[in-house]
Amino acid sequence: MAEKILMKGNEAIAISAIRNGVDGYFGYPITPQSEVMETLMKEKPWETTGMVVLQAESELSSINMVYGGASCGKKVMTSSSSPGISLMCEGISYIAGAELPCVIVDVMRGGPGLGTIQPSQSDYSQAVKGGGHGDYHCIVIAPASAQDMYDFVDWGFELAFKYRNPVIILADGIIGQLMEKVELHPMKPRRTEEEVLRDAPWATLGKPAGRERNVITSLSLDANTQENFNRKLKAKYDDIRENEVKFSEYLTEDAEYLFVAFGCSSRICEAAVDILREEGIKAGLIRPITLFPFPEKEISRLAGQVKSIMSIELNLGQMVEDVRLAANGQCPVGFYGRQGGNIYTPEEIVEEFRKFNNLK
Amino acid sequence: MKEEIIIAGFGGQGVLSMGKILAYSAIMQDLEVTWMPSYGPEMRGGTANVCVIISDRKISSPIITKYDTAIILNQQSLDKFEDKVKPGGLLVYDPSGITRAPARKDITVCSIDAIEVAAEAGNPKVYNMAVLGAYLQMKSIVKMENVVKGLEKSIPARYADMIQKNREAIEKGKEKVKIISSVL
Amino acid sequence: MEISDMIKPENLVYGKPALLTDNVMHYCPGCSHGTVHKLIAEVIEDMGIQDKTIGISPVGCSVFAYNYIDIDWQEAAHGRAPALATATKRLCPDKYVFTYQGDGDLASIGTAEIIHACSRGENIVVIFINNGIYGMTGGQMAPTTLLGMKTSTTPYGRDAKLNGFPLKITEMLAALDGTAYISRQSVHTAAAARKAKNAIRKGFEYSSKGVGLSFIEIVSTCNSGWKLSPVEANKWMVEHMFAKYPVGDIKDVLK
Repeated sequence: MAEKILMKGNEAIAISAIRNGVDGYFGYPITPQSEVMETLMKEKPWETTGMVVLQAESELSSINMVYGGASCGKKVMTSSSSPGISLMCEGISYIAGAELPCVIVDVMRGGPGLGTIQPSQSDYSQAVKGGGHGDYHCIVIAPASAQDMYDFVDWGFELAFKYRNPVIILADGIIGQLMEKVELHPMKPRRTEEEVLRDAPWATLGKPAGRERNVITSLSLDANTQENFNRKLKAKYDDIRENEVKFSEYLTEDAEYLFVAFGCSSRICEAAVDILREEGIKAGLIRPITLFPFPEKEISRLAGQVKSIMSIELNLGQMVEDVRLAANGQCPVGFYGRQGGNIYTPEEIVEEFRKFNNLK
Repeated sequence: MKEEIIIAGFGGQGVLSMGKILAYSAIMQDLEVTWMPSYGPEMRGGTANVCVIISDRKISSPIITKYDTAIILNQQSLDKFEDKVKPGGLLVYDPSGITRAPARKDITVCSIDAIEVAAEAGNPKVYNMAVLGAYLQMKSIVKMENVVKGLEKSIPARYADMIQKNREAIEKGKEKVKIISSVL
Repeated sequence: MEISDMIKPENLVYGKPALLTDNVMHYCPGCSHGTVHKLIAEVIEDMGIQDKTIGISPVGCSVFAYNYIDIDWQEAAHGRAPALATATKRLCPDKYVFTYQGDGDLASIGTAEIIHACSRGENIVVIFINNGIYGMTGGQMAPTTLLGMKTSTTPYGRDAKLNGFPLKITEMLAALDGTAYISRQSVHTAAAARKAKNAIRKGFEYSSKGVGLSFIEIVSTCNSGWKLSPVEANKWMVEHMFAKYPVGDIKDVLK
């Protein structure tokens, strides 16, 4: 039987990185995710798996360390929270432009500016729509439990290497701080240099005589070259949209009303659905697990089935725009959110649901 | 089975670690748990509280507003959480930090003089375990053997002697809990 | 005498290093970059470490350095090359890792990255081209621009009150415990280029000894930006730049 450990989501990220053969972590402290690097430093993986862990002088530096490490074909990652991710956006754009694999964990807190250190989901748009400059997408996956935090590190690297694309694990202060039971899977060893070169023949690990030099760059001054590259990226993103959408559904089969929520909000909505079901109201929930690619087909299908949809988010209404696009006028789409670190309760969501649907 | 607990007091009283040991004990009994602290400036002194949910089914919302049990270690926490105990629920408190006794008549109220237990043990660190003992006496949702396993998981190996001391404090807490009023 | 009689190994007085590619360089005639590229290519070739060397190019005129030296390269964002090099060296400790950065890249936008890479004692080599001007963007003031020097953003000459003082970053970095070898060189004469090459080689050798970061500044010319002929630019550099940025070894922990 797999070992079961009680741990915080943030700790699960760190332990998972060590156990899944990650080569390097580069980070900078910021609440509410500092436990990630603290746990790594406490575990000293450089003495066991050989994993490199380094506290950088800034988030700018840590994301560029990730850029350098990813250029070597290594499994490298960083973690931060909202203001730190803003600083990293330059680097993420370069990583996307150089088509490098990496995993970036964003344990969201409230903003804008220095904002609050309390939980929030107000960086949905930043993560899903870009953040940095240029036409690019990160693959964005949204954990809702400590177990997800553990599992998504490995899944994130799988996606990152499959598509040579940065992957953001978009968590929030609740998922980062919540302690739950985490089941540990068997250890995966770090890859040897031969295995790295097999997976990433483009890696800059030194040019042997007889092969072209490997150059990692996002620069092309020629308009046509750049346009062709942009189109190549588009084709890749379409491929991701086609093949990697992941979501979970709760009581949607006979649902007359639908909630859409991701991360911690999806769990609170699940409890709201239970309350409504007890009262005989056929509510259901869809939880997008991938935010890019967004489960638009499934939401579109459900929009044809239900009387209304509500998007529930810890922000002023960001994902709801994608829900509206997916619903495409088939049914009314409403929104309820809290901000500043305030978190809705299931009862509060039920009350807002009644208001929106004119139900007593 | 689902038990929703709030543990609240001052930072330094061992609120978070009591919750953690309780949660780990439940995992040892193959139950589902969530442990959700309030965090932020409150980490640096002031009030600390943690919400622990124990269930035999998958837990959806870790955010709740009503509790089956409130474990209260100071007056501010009593003021904040007394009303949030579900009717028929349980309130365990340490009277040494309380100036106004709980007033609810529709819940079971009991007290534990955990400072006395800690003083007798000559170890202030076991204070929170005496409180945990009092709770477990009132609601035996986890077996003592699993509580010991939870202690072993929560306490670093270099403090192995603390496992026995904590265990003794839990036993003392079980003995010393006083029922003030009961609806059971 | 036929020309074929002259092309013999014993008559060879100069050769292009094999690691220098045949791509036509985009640098202006008279620019120091080409010479420094050649010296680096020679050092890598002499040491036989082509298959173990990873270069990090900057943003600036040398952004295309990867087109000219036949090794694996990473192209960094502006100023961030030391961060890329840090991770590369730590993840691949048996490789030789160097950054190639200009004064705007290293001493302005990338000051945090270079200072902390030095402070951590990363076992990398940094080649720092200091020509006191932003070449690629068309001749704006750099942190190392001399007082009184005219650039497109100091059209009346750099004024300390308005623009601050020139930054002697190399001396600053020498004060950090993590640096092992710090040298300032130039490449305006054959003799100077030979010394510069020796310094670069020492930097590469130190980087495999685990003694800390090696930093070689090359005081350079930008005749286009300075609006001088190549010959005049060399003369101006000796007279003015060397006064502020004197050449020679500044620090050597193994000496």
